[in-house]
Amino acid sequence: MSTGDLVTLLATGAGAATTDATSRRFAIAMTCGTVVAMLLMIFLLGVRPDLREAIFLPKFWIKVAFVGCVAAATLLLSIRLSLPGFPLGRAPVGLAIPVFAIWAVAATALFNGDPAQRAQMFFGDTWVVCPFLIAMLSVPIFAGVIWAMRGLAPTRLRLAGGIAGLLAGATGALIYCLHCPEMEAPFVGFWYLLGMLIPAGIGALSGRRLLRW
Amino acid sequence: MGAAEDRLRSLLIRAVAGDEQSYHQFLTALSAHLRGYFRKRLVQLPGEIEDLVQESLLAVHNQRHTYDAQRPLTSWVHAIAKYKLIDLLRRRSHRESQSVSLDDANDFLSYPDTDAADARRDLLKLLDQLPERQRLPIVHTKLDGLSVADAAKLTGMSESAVKVGVHRGLKALAAIVRGDA
Repeated sequence: MSTGDLVTLLATGAGAATTDATSRRFAIAMTCGTVVAMLLMIFLLGVRPDLREAIFLPKFWIKVAFVGCVAAATLLLSIRLSLPGFPLGRAPVGLAIPVFAIWAVAATALFNGDPAQRAQMFFGDTWVVCPFLIAMLSVPIFAGVIWAMRGLAPTRLRLAGGIAGLLAGATGALIYCLHCPEMEAPFVGFWYLLGMLIPAGIGALSGRRLLRW
Repeated sequence: MGAAEDRLRSLLIRAVAGDEQSYHQFLTALSAHLRGYFRKRLVQLPGEIEDLVQESLLAVHNQRHTYDAQRPLTSWVHAIAKYKLIDLLRRRSHRESQSVSLDDANDFLSYPDTDAADARRDLLKLLDQLPERQRLPIVHTKLDGLSVADAAKLTGMSESAVKVGVHRGLKALAAIVRGDA
């Protein structure tokens, strides 16, 4: 088949193309992934029993804000990385800000805190399981985001896979906040971040295979 | 670059809205730009140029819903062409990939080349590898030029199954071309 014939084939009966595919795919992916992760959290881990009191504590909201800002920035980055030639703009800065902010809060807390309490602030009671539970909750969201990207056209596959993983990790961590009893910034700034980086690493390593088109 | 960018962009915007004549003009002009772009970069592999032009056209078609009409067309097409070029080089060897220069989007539209060589891979033959529910809709609506309704009547499929068959078939064709299927 000559290239001219291919052009005719592609143009014949092509009709109109959808223009809202990007937002639609990400909306479906995030909704389905979040619902499944929420069910996993409720039935496997359980909502923290003192959630009603926790929501009145600033520390709870600092944790939620950190994770939520990472999720928002990585969602924006995921969308931009799915469109060929779309500039990332300031989205990478938007991702760096919440990370440095939680580290600043953590450093202040450790510096001002009782030295005898520092290890407790960093390790809490659940550091062994925290990163793995966040990674577990990220699985359905990761599957959804990869599905969304596969229907679009990422051209930097390793980066797109890594950001997809980070988005899944951050959303999983957001849901994990409803279970997790830890509140100290040093804990969140390290173990939560580590939990988010597990799917990010898996995404970066598998991006070329999963996202090729 | 400005005039070519404006012309191609307005053609694609009309094409995405459903104007097939504009789409034909767009793809014809784009093939020349793709050919010129690849010819400059595949000096060592001249036999690959036309196949890569066709693979890129198929990619542009299958992924045309990812073009944001607010953005310059050049950067979108260039990103796709560059992605397909890197993908080809990765499929071959790393040795060859190092001798190829990958520059920015600015000169993408600067070297149109309408001198098409023969493609080595025949997409028409690859079409035969597709399952009937994808192959027949493509043959009837895209090669024979039937309407979706007539193709549906002829094959006994529903109209939406014909549309889905075309869509999935062209994606499957792209997967065969890049060696995934």
